Amino acid sequence: MRDFAYVRADSVEAAHNAAALPGAMLLAGGTTLVDLAKCGVAEPSTVIDISHIEGLSAIDVTADYALIGALAKMSHVADDRQVKSLFPAVSEALWQAASAQLRNMATIGGNLMQRTRCPYFRDPTNFPACNKRAPGSGCSAIGGVTRGHAVLGTSEACIATYPGDLAVALVAFDAEVDLGERKLKVEDFFLSPGATAEREHDIRPGEVIRAIEIPGSAAARRSTYIKVRDRQSYEFAAASAAVGLELEGDGRTVRDIRVALGGVATKPWRARAVEDALKGKPLSEDTVRKASELAMAGAVDHGANHYKISLAPRVIARAILKLGETA
Amino acid sequence: MTVHDLKHAASDSARLEAVGGRLSRVDGPAKITGAAKYAFEQQLDGLTHAVLVGATIAAGKVTAIDTRAAETAPGVLAVLTPDTIMELRGASDWFGNPPALSTYCPLAREVTFSGQHVAAVVAETFEQAVAATALVKVWYDETPAIVDLSDGKAGDGIAIDAMTKEWGDAQAAFAEAPVRICAAYNTPREFQAAMEPHGLIARWEGDELTIWEPSQWLDGMARTYAEWFGVPFENVRLVSPYIGGGFGSKALALAHSAVAAAAAKMLGRPVKLVLNRPQNFTSYGGRAATRQTVAIGADKTGRIQSIVHRGVNETAVDGMWVEPLGSVTSIMYATPNFSSKQNVVRVNTVVPGAKRAPGENPSAFGIECAIDELAHELGIDPLEMRLINYAEQDPHAKKAWSTRQLREAFAAGAEAFGWAKRSPQPRSMRDGRQLIGWGVAAGTYPVRRAHGEAVVKIMADGSVVVESSSIDMGQGTYTILAQTAAETLGVPVEQVSVKLGDSHFARAGVTGGSRLAGVMTGAVYKAAGQALDELIGLALSDPRSPFQALQANTLSVKDGRIASPRGEGPELSIAEFMAAVGRDQIEAKGDTMPANSTPEQRYKNYTTIAMALPHTEGDWSRYSWCAHFVEVKVDEDFGTVRVSRVVSALDSGRLYNPKLAESQWKGGIIMGIGQALLEEGIVDRRHGRIVNGNFADYMLPTNADIPDIQTISVGIPDPHSSALGGKGVGELAIVGIAPAIANAVFHATGKRVRDLPITLEKLI
Ligand SMILES: Cc1cc2nc3c(=O)[nH]c(=O)nc-3n(C[C@H](O)[C@H](O)[C@H](O)COP(=O)(O)OP(=O)(O)OC[C@H]3O[C@@H](n4cnc5c(N)ncnc54)[C@H](O)[C@@H]3O)c2cc1C
Ligand code: SF4
Repeated sequence: MRDFAYVRADSVEAAHNAAALPGAMLLAGGTTLVDLAKCGVAEPSTVIDISHIEGLSAIDVTADYALIGALAKMSHVADDRQVKSLFPAVSEALWQAASAQLRNMATIGGNLMQRTRCPYFRDPTNFPACNKRAPGSGCSAIGGVTRGHAVLGTSEACIATYPGDLAVALVAFDAEVDLGERKLKVEDFFLSPGATAEREHDIRPGEVIRAIEIPGSAAARRSTYIKVRDRQSYEFAAASAAVGLELEGDGRTVRDIRVALGGVATKPWRARAVEDALKGKPLSEDTVRKASELAMAGAVDHGANHYKISLAPRVIARAILKLGETA
Repeated sequence: MTVHDLKHAASDSARLEAVGGRLSRVDGPAKITGAAKYAFEQQLDGLTHAVLVGATIAAGKVTAIDTRAAETAPGVLAVLTPDTIMELRGASDWFGNPPALSTYCPLAREVTFSGQHVAAVVAETFEQAVAATALVKVWYDETPAIVDLSDGKAGDGIAIDAMTKEWGDAQAAFAEAPVRICAAYNTPREFQAAMEPHGLIARWEGDELTIWEPSQWLDGMARTYAEWFGVPFENVRLVSPYIGGGFGSKALALAHSAVAAAAAKMLGRPVKLVLNRPQNFTSYGGRAATRQTVAIGADKTGRIQSIVHRGVNETAVDGMWVEPLGSVTSIMYATPNFSSKQNVVRVNTVVPGAKRAPGENPSAFGIECAIDELAHELGIDPLEMRLINYAEQDPHAKKAWSTRQLREAFAAGAEAFGWAKRSPQPRSMRDGRQLIGWGVAAGTYPVRRAHGEAVVKIMADGSVVVESSSIDMGQGTYTILAQTAAETLGVPVEQVSVKLGDSHFARAGVTGGSRLAGVMTGAVYKAAGQALDELIGLALSDPRSPFQALQANTLSVKDGRIASPRGEGPELSIAEFMAAVGRDQIEAKGDTMPANSTPEQRYKNYTTIAMALPHTEGDWSRYSWCAHFVEVKVDEDFGTVRVSRVVSALDSGRLYNPKLAESQWKGGIIMGIGQALLEEGIVDRRHGRIVNGNFADYMLPTNADIPDIQTISVGIPDPHSSALGGKGVGELAIVGIAPAIANAVFHATGKRVRDLPITLEKLI
C-alpha cells in the first residue's frame, strides 16, 4: 500500500499516453487491480482510471458479429438478449464467473487481463520465488500445493493456470481483441509461459484494449459453456469447456465444431485435435468421449492436479453431447 | 449499548413475546440499518493503527530485526519487536491455572509457526502502518518444521490418559465378533471463518483500560488483560455489543490483543489493530486436524459387541489443544465392550482452538460413518442399524438420560424425508448423469451448564432493563432475554430493553458450548422474579401504595398492569404505581450460584471455566440429540457432490424461541455442508504454511450450495438441564452432518470417502 498518483483519463488517447509511462497501470472495474495491490503484487506508481471514458461500453450484436466495448460490465454482457441468443457460450461463461457483485463491477477488458490465482504468485511476502512476478526468481509452486495448477501449456518456469472463463469462449469462436493500432486473435493475445512467465499477454506499454469482436457463426449460435468446480458458485474452474456445434442437415453429422478449455491450461486453450477428430463424423457418445481425450495430448501433471487430466475430457464430452441432444 | 426498537420486532401476536414464542431478532433492525455499532467502529480521538509482521518461517529463531527504515517511514509512531515491546506478566489459563512463566511477550523470538507475530508497526493511519511493515526486515535461523500429522517427524504424540474411556474387554470382544469393520477417518484443519475479523481497539486512561473487541467471553478476557498488565480486574472494561461471528474463536484474549493493549499503553494513545484476512488463518487456531480409527464388532443381527476407537489430533509446539475424539463414540450406541484412547501430536501450527462442537463434531464423523459401514456389511438399513443399537442409558456414565428424544428424531426425520422409499443398493438411484444418494447420521452435544448472573431494573416509566456482560453473536441472546424478562414480569416485550456486551454489567461466563441460553434465561428468570417480588412487596406494604388497603397477600402483573388476582380494587400501570410510591427504579441482581458462594468463587465462576457443572452430574446424563437425513447428487463424470435435500429432527429440549433455534440449527447444518464438501486449510509441506488463507481460496459454501433445509423440533422440556427446560442449540446441528453426507455419497456412488472434505478428485 504505497502512495501512487491517480489520473482520470477522459479519452482513450489520454489513457494511451499516460499508460505508456513506466509504473503506470490502467484501472477499469478494479476487481483485479485493487486485489493485487492489496496482496503486494501490483505496485503501480500511477493509476489511470479509464472507467469514465465514454463510448467504450457499447454492446453491439448482430448475426454476423458481436462487438463488445472494453468497459462493458461482465453482468451487462451476460444479460444481453442478443448475446444470449447468438453467443450463448459467452453469456454462460460470464454468468458462471466470479460473483454477482464482482460481475457488476468488472469490465470485459479487465477480465481479459486478470492474473492467475496461483497462491504463490499472490503472496510475495512469504514466497519470494515466482517467475511470473520476479523473472528468474524461480517457481514456488512446483513441488508445492498444485491442485489448481495447469496440466497443459506449462513450462519449467511456470505452471500457473489461466483462471478466466470468458476468454475460453472467445478463443473457441475466433474472437479478436482490438488494441487500436492492432487487432489480434484472442488466442494469440494470451501467451504461454515458456521462459518468460512474466509476459501473459501480447500487449505493449500504453496499449488499451478497446473492444473484442466475435465473428458470428452457426457454431457460436449453438454453443455452451460448462464449468466444473468444487462449489456451485463463486469459484474458478477445476475444468471448463466452451463448445460450439454445427450439424449437417441429417442432424447428426458434425459440420463445424469449436472446443476450448479453461481451468487446465496456462492460457485459454483451443482443443483443435478434438475438433478435427469429430468434423465430418456422426455424433455418438463413444466417438465424442474418445475424441475428447485428444485434448489432453501432452498434458503434464504435478501431483495434486492430476485429476484435471481425467476431468477435462469429460467436461468437453458433456458439453458436446448436451449440444448434440438439443439438435 | 442497545439501539433496539422492539416495536419492529414484536409484530403479529402477543404470544410471540412469551418464552417459546417466535419473536424475530430484536437486534435485527439495528443490524440491517447499520445502527448497530461493532467493536471496530468506535470513533476515538487520537486513534492510532497497529499492523503486525508475521514470521515467514514455521520453525526457528528470530536472529535480528532491522526496524530503521520502518521507523522513519511516514506516520510511523513505533515499531515494536520482542526487544522493545513492554514486558507483560504471565496470565493464568482459562481454567484459572497459574501461568508457567511469570512474564509474557506476545511477539515471538522463537518461532513455532508460520505467520506468528514477530513485530508490529504503529502509525497514524492504517495505510502508513501497512506500508511500514514491508520495511521491517527480519532475519531467521530456520529449523525443520513438523508440518502436519502425516509428517515423518511427527511421531505418535502424547497419550492423553484423561481421554481414555474403557469398559469390558474391547479388543477380545472385537476379535471374537462374527462381523467386523475397521476404518480410518480423517478431518483436515478447518477454520471458524467468521465474517468479522479478529481485532480490537485499546485505550488506557491512567491505569484503566477499555477494550472494544468482539468477544465471546468478556469477563474471561478482561481477567487476562488485568493479569497481563497487573491492574485490578475492575480496571478493565471490555465492550463487545455485537459480534460478527465467533464460532468458538473469540473467547480468549490472544497475542495480537496483547500487542495492541501494550502499544496503547506505551504510546499513551488508543490503538486499533485488526487482523487482515490471511492473519485470521494464522493468529488463532481453527479446528485441529484429526485422525481416527474405528473398529466395530457385531453379531449377525447387527448388535454391537465391541467398539475400539483410537484418535489423534494435532496441537501446537507451544500449546496444548485436545479435541475430544471419543466423545460421541462412547455414548451414541449401546455396547458391552468399549475402548477409546487419544493422542495429540505437536506440529508447527498456531494452537488449535474451538470451532463449533469441538470434539463431538469429528468424533461423530468417525462413529457415524463406521456404523454406516457396518450396516452395509450386514445388509441392514442404516437407520434400522441405529435403532438396533439404541442406547437406552448413557453407556459410559451408566446413568439415565435426562431426556433423549433421538428415537423420536429418527422417526420424525425419516417420515418427513421419505426414508422408507430408499433403495438399499449403492448406485441404484439416479437422475440422468446425477447419482442420487440418501444418507443418515445422528448427532449429539452435551448440555454444558454453568451459573449466571443478571440485573433486572424496573424503571419509573414502567420499562424494564436487563443487563448482562454476556453477548449476542447472532444466536439471539438479546431476544430471548427480553422474552424471559417480559414473561416473568408480566410486561409487554416492547417495554424490555436488553443491554449486553459490557464487562461492567452483571457478570457472565463464556458463551461457548451452547450454554448461554440455558444459563442466562435462568439468571434473568431469577433476577426478574426478585424484581417482581420487590414490586409486589412494595405494592402491598408501602403506605403510599393504592394496593395497601386491599390487605391482599399477593398481586398480579399482566401486560404491564398491576392488579389483585381476583380483580377487586385498583388497577395501575407499573409507571402509575412507581409514581404513586415515588420510586424511580426497582433493581434486582439475581444469580444462580449457590447462596453461600464466596466472592472468590463467583469471580472464578465468571472468569474461568473451572466451575462448569458436569453434564453427568448427579443422577442424569444430559445431551441434545439430532438425526440428519441428507440427499446428495453426485455427477458421475465430474465427481462433484451437491446436497439437494436436508431434513433434520432435533431435540434441544424446550425451545425458548423456535424461530431463532431453527436458524441456529440451519446455520450448523450449512457449516456442516461446508465441512463435508469444501473446507480444508491446505498446507505447503515445504514451508509449513497455509496457502489458502483467504476467502477466495478457503472454500465456504455459497447460497447456491445450500438446498432447502427442513428442521423439526422433537424436544420436550428437560428439567434437569436448565431452569426453563432447554438444552443446547448452537452446536448440535453441525454434529452428524458430515457423516450423513459421506454416507449419502457412498449410497450414491458405492465409494467410501473417509477423508474430509469430499472433493471431486476423490470421486473420479
Ligand atoms: C474473488 C474473485 C473471484 C473471481 N472469479 C472469477 C471467475 O470465476 N471467472 C473469471 O473469469 N473471473 C473471475 N474473477 C476475475 C474477474 O472477472 C476480474 O477481476 C475482472 O474481470 C477484472 O475486470 P476489472 O474491470 O475489474 O479489471 P481491473 O481490476 O480494473 O483491471 C485488471 C487489469 O486489467 C488492466 N486493464 C483493465 N482494463 C484494460 C483495458 N481496457 N486495456 C488494457 N488493460 C486493461 C488493468 O491495468 C489491470 O492490470 C474473479 C475475481 C475475484 C476477485
Ligand atoms: S506457477 Fe507461475 S505464478 Fe505460480 S509461483 Fe510458479 S512462476 Fe509464479
